[in-house]
Amino acid sequence: MNLRSLRRRITSHVMSFLCVLAVLVALVPLGFILFFVVSQGIGSINLDFFTQMPKPVGEAGGGMANAIMGTLIVCGLGALFAIPIGIMSGIYVAQAAGSQRANTVRFAADILNGIPSIVIGVFVYAVAVSPFKQFTALAGGIALGIMMIPLIARTTEEMVRMVPGTMLEGALALGATRSRAMVTVVLPSALPGIVTGVVLALARIAGETAPLLFTASNSRYWSTNLAQPISTLPTQVFAYATGPYDDWHRQAWAGALVLICLVLFCSIMARLATRRLERMQTGQ
Amino acid sequence: MSRRRISAGDFLFQSGISSFALVLVFVVAAIGIVLCYQSLPTIREFGFNFWRTQTWDPVLGEFGALPFIWGTLYSSLLALLIATPISIGVAIFISELCPQQLKHYLVFLTELLAAVPSIVYGMWGIFVLVPAVRTMEGWTPEWLRSFPLFSGPRVGVSMLSAALILAVMVIPFTSSVAREVLKAVPLAQRETAYALGATRWEVTKIVLHYARVGIVGSIMLGLGRAFGETMAVIMVIGNTPQLSLSLFAPQYTMAGVIANEFVEAANDLHISALIEIGFVLFIVTFVINAGSRLLIWGMTHQRKQAVAVVKESVEPAA
Repeated sequence: MNLRSLRRRITSHVMSFLCVLAVLVALVPLGFILFFVVSQGIGSINLDFFTQMPKPVGEAGGGMANAIMGTLIVCGLGALFAIPIGIMSGIYVAQAAGSQRANTVRFAADILNGIPSIVIGVFVYAVAVSPFKQFTALAGGIALGIMMIPLIARTTEEMVRMVPGTMLEGALALGATRSRAMVTVVLPSALPGIVTGVVLALARIAGETAPLLFTASNSRYWSTNLAQPISTLPTQVFAYATGPYDDWHRQAWAGALVLICLVLFCSIMARLATRRLERMQTGQ
Repeated sequence: MSRRRISAGDFLFQSGISSFALVLVFVVAAIGIVLCYQSLPTIREFGFNFWRTQTWDPVLGEFGALPFIWGTLYSSLLALLIATPISIGVAIFISELCPQQLKHYLVFLTELLAAVPSIVYGMWGIFVLVPAVRTMEGWTPEWLRSFPLFSGPRVGVSMLSAALILAVMVIPFTSSVAREVLKAVPLAQRETAYALGATRWEVTKIVLHYARVGIVGSIMLGLGRAFGETMAVIMVIGNTPQLSLSLFAPQYTMAGVIANEFVEAANDLHISALIEIGFVLFIVTFVINAGSRLLIWGMTHQRKQAVAVVKESVEPAA
């Protein structure tokens, strides 16, 4: 064997090794973060955390019931705004695929996806908070909704396009109109995928803090009023983590653990669901 | 030529979905217009000086945003410097080198890394990363401290912490887009190279060369993410507006000043100044995203053409 080919083979192995190293370096922080959040947070997770209100400074215990409720309300509102817009535009892009208009809509969705969440917060402040001189849960819902739209539109488009074209053609051949074929044949087969996309989008959005800082703001009280400021898990975690008290830090870790579990749970469920979808697709 | 007849149901369905799609486009336009309109007061008052001067004193009504721009640019570029080689390495490993079974798990793990809320990154930053960085900063030898890059007190909350945490957050984005781009490289490229006796790395180099435009696009997407990241950064960067080259100096970013000062803004001019910063963030991320999307689209379009060519040559028209 000559020296030159030996050198080439060694270079190849060294570069492969560097790529493996890159994967390890990239994944180490994930391990670190999961380890710290679980080890620091698990001690403060108990029933009280989910059912009690925050205690005043100095008293141990208490929970984040109001923030958990707030997150449910604000995310629910966001989903309410985003689901129709996201799904409809996704269907639109999938149906008119390749046309100039479809490209424009998809481009807009990509841009919207790239806008920093804090900028969306500023926008919602300008249109839904400052005219009424009041932070509201509703404004928080709008901000999260705007962030969800491109995520839902993207997965809807992908899922609709994954449905085999022969199914649409079959329905058309049987005499169905285009819309009927879409609603009764294509969409039902894409539905599990679309639902998965919505769940994933919700998981992404539930942990957002920046767009809520000056839309839903924060509140120390139990509130379900959409016209009042409301506390959410991420904003509460932020307030506690940056505060000076050890009790607060413990609560913040517990909040972070709940958020991580939420994200983990939704991601795994979505992963399993898409696996099954893919298998169904290839099985056909 | 007669127009195709459209049934009433089709018409309703079409106009229904297209009006929702219009809402999406409208939201993007509205964000730009509203932010521009709301920042008019400071644009009129300060003009370009807003971006050139350094004094940020809301009470006296002086607004110079230069330190924030500096902080955003510096932290993002440092983060990219760390994240780019790692993300490309990850993308290469997942798409070119790794066994099929492992692939699913790695993709899932990087997706998870992207899904961790930034507030959780921030908490980890405050309680784990910043103390670690403080210790690391303590190790720097005396003679290094005369360099501007390592000058100043060693407190842990610093540009370095921000760059590190941003890098961790950018890696999953850049690597997943880069992976898509590598996937778009036609298999024929690899097979030809292997057939000529190339080693694995030589094949990968050819693939990378083919995909270079899309890879640049994926790096730009990561840059856009880094520019806009707010919570994790404000928790570790120290939030002190200053123009400093030092990695150990606490600094401030554009997104950070909006998050910290918006609620407690002193007056209308202050709000307008913060909105102008948001407007510029919008424009910058718009341009970066549009640019990188165009690059990546170019890649995938190229691939479709290539596939068509291959198909024609494999299945000649009967």
